[in-house]
Amino acid sequence: MSKFEFTRRGLIKSGAAVGAGLAMPTILTRPAFSYTNEPKGGTVTLGFNVPQTGPYADEGNDELLAQKLAVEHLNGEGDGGCLPTFSSKALKGNGILGKKVQFVTGDTQTKSDAARASAKSMIEKDGAIMINGGSSSGVAVAVQGLCQEAGVIFMAGLTHANDTTGKDRKANGFRHFFNAYMSGAALAPVLAKEMGKDRRAYHLTADYNWGWTQEESIKASTEALGWETVNTVKTPLASTDFSSYIAPVINAGADVLVLNHYGGNMVNSLTNAIQFGLLDKAVNGKDFKIVVPLYSELMAAGAGENIKGVLGSMNYNWQLENAGSKAFVKSFGEKHGRPPSNSAQTCYAQVLLYADACERAGTFNPCGVVEALEGFEFDGLGNGPTTYRKEDHQCFKDVLVVRGAQNPTSKFDTLEIVEITPVANVTYPPNHPMFGGDAATLGKCNAGV
Amino acid sequence: MFGLDKVDTRTFLFVVAITLLAPFILNPFPSESALAQFNAGYPDLMQRFVIFGIFAIGFNILFGLTGYLSFGHAAFLGVGSYAAVWMFKLLSFNIVPAIALSIIVAGLFSLVIGYICLRRSGIYFSILTLAFAQMSFAMAYSVLSNPSFNLTNGETGLQVYASDPQYLKGNGPDNTHLFGLEMNSTATLEIGAWAFQFNIGFYVCAAFMIAAFYIAMRIFRSPFGLMLRAIKTNQTRLNYTGLNSRPYMLAAFVISGMYAGLAGGLLAATDPLAGAERMQWTASGEVVLMTILGGAGTLLGPVLGAAFIKYFENIFSKINDTVLHTWFSFMPESIENFLVAIIYPFVGKGWHLTLGLMFMLIVIFLPGGLVDGGMRIWNRITGKNRTQADPVADPKPAE
Repeated sequence: MSKFEFTRRGLIKSGAAVGAGLAMPTILTRPAFSYTNEPKGGTVTLGFNVPQTGPYADEGNDELLAQKLAVEHLNGEGDGGCLPTFSSKALKGNGILGKKVQFVTGDTQTKSDAARASAKSMIEKDGAIMINGGSSSGVAVAVQGLCQEAGVIFMAGLTHANDTTGKDRKANGFRHFFNAYMSGAALAPVLAKEMGKDRRAYHLTADYNWGWTQEESIKASTEALGWETVNTVKTPLASTDFSSYIAPVINAGADVLVLNHYGGNMVNSLTNAIQFGLLDKAVNGKDFKIVVPLYSELMAAGAGENIKGVLGSMNYNWQLENAGSKAFVKSFGEKHGRPPSNSAQTCYAQVLLYADACERAGTFNPCGVVEALEGFEFDGLGNGPTTYRKEDHQCFKDVLVVRGAQNPTSKFDTLEIVEITPVANVTYPPNHPMFGGDAATLGKCNAGV
Repeated sequence: MFGLDKVDTRTFLFVVAITLLAPFILNPFPSESALAQFNAGYPDLMQRFVIFGIFAIGFNILFGLTGYLSFGHAAFLGVGSYAAVWMFKLLSFNIVPAIALSIIVAGLFSLVIGYICLRRSGIYFSILTLAFAQMSFAMAYSVLSNPSFNLTNGETGLQVYASDPQYLKGNGPDNTHLFGLEMNSTATLEIGAWAFQFNIGFYVCAAFMIAAFYIAMRIFRSPFGLMLRAIKTNQTRLNYTGLNSRPYMLAAFVISGMYAGLAGGLLAATDPLAGAERMQWTASGEVVLMTILGGAGTLLGPVLGAAFIKYFENIFSKINDTVLHTWFSFMPESIENFLVAIIYPFVGKGWHLTLGLMFMLIVIFLPGGLVDGGMRIWNRITGKNRTQADPVADPKPAE
């Protein structure tokens, strides 16, 4: 059927075309950057990669507002937010290293693929020098890997799985948020105090990486108290009705239900548990209790009345009374008419921390920034004294144990702080088995090009 | 030329030219201008254009020719990606074995799924394929990623770690490469205010797409293609003539599954990560949208549709209110705010809305998709009421 005809003229013509094509790359130039996206003009571009559509869109939106606020403060606009309270005084409100801060935004859709595409377009097209934000650990790990390859700094937003700074840690990646291990360590003593040391716990766990690491962490710390784990049940991520998982809880002889769920999952499973009247039951002669290890304002609002009295942990809460927290809440509240969420606070703090690290390093070079951030101790951004640990780029700070407010005074007052667990109690060695053990390494910082 | 008739040769050369010159065509605006926002000529998006083009071309072989609407094609894409990343983990970052395996695995997978699903037609076929795809998604997301048997690494996605064996790597590059040509290396050509980026990965994918397009073209024009079209027109009648149409269907299904596998392999080759959400039903729906948007049953349509959707996803989603304010900053502030308030819901996080509206408009007014629109404009310009030299480009909605 096919008929290929060769003529001398055709051959010469196509030969010339191929030759020209091959010669093409030799006349191309490579840009003279000494690292990826070195800012050349009077501005520097940051990339804010957050979920704007999908299940965590509200959270992403809050992160975006906080990041924009941070850019304003860096450029010397607005009330300066945490710049005056920040313990490092390198930032002067004139941008970063004298360059005005610009930003680009993208939509992660809470999908690793979309998040990487969005981050790549920021790096390749818009010349972003760092990527900040995001909700979900899967996305954080995926984008962190991308930034490591591309040679830019990545600062994760809301990511709670141990893996982000555990087995998947990267030299160019930093996490301000706390993690599942810290939740477990912070919650355990409070649980012991409130519920005693001989409880029988039943876990419902969202069936994916984050759920598993959290279950593992909570199980380890509660068992260390003397609790017994009756059963751990994995629930499919797409479930919206958890009735069939709740019913066996009582029969199993458990008296505490641990919900390793997040977002809509948690709202639904908690609502089901309340509907089944679990909290009104008494098992083994004790009142039945529910624990939600990772809380967020968004979930608290979604679960409404049902969270009353339910214990959990948080990275930050706007009710914290330190100077940095007050300054941030005031600044955010005046602008948006409501207090910030804890993921917003993390994203805000990270923009400031990045800018400050550039100032102190005197360069935007990712390797310089990494050096400036490693082991950096600071205060005044809302969480109290905090350290970026050198070995795994995880922030260590106090962790909040919170409870669904019994008598909320306003619609923002959904959670009350039960205890602020000091940082010493939630610290673990960098080669902890839950964090990849000795095999986990940061690798070398990558400046790209 | 190439065993194609004159019109097809022209179409083919047109596709080749457009693909190879994409870095110029997609970058019409100077890099510092406000309109640079609309430039799509950066490596990642160009790669996506051609990769999803391959995916849609393959889908079109099944849907456009036989009229069987598979709602689970993303499963093959995902399987292809996982196969490719496993090759990176086990052998080396060379993309050749990875892509070969991704095509083979996707082909086998589609053989199994096709064998079962093709027992039914119409909506039942669609639902069956959807069920299989969702099943694969659930398997990849949680079942096959438990700590004791971790095949897919679940939510995080399968990645290559420094501790992976990579038996054939030796001193080879640390990035995906084609015999040493690193996929992510990019040369930039600066002409005046323009900066054009030429990326190895893009040209590798482009070569695959041109080959894929050529093969699809030959299939469309072959007796086999004619048989597939007969199935679409009236399968019952075909069966009454004593022909067993199922082997043809299965062949078309497997071919289009292999196309999806190739696309998945290339996705992994340009960015060595395979996530489960690649298999989700939304991803399957996306390729259906691409094909219908561009024009189901046409040769060029799927490629155009793929580019259209990926453009919206990556360009419109990045226009935020700050960008809008800079565009309209020359106007008085009240008008500026008003315009921003009107436009903002349709860009940034509202990109789905714009895409949905465009899709509605196209399906209602251009039932043959973008290709239909292009044809109408062409006829208007030339003043011809061009009779269809190309029966396949007949702009009728797919059934």
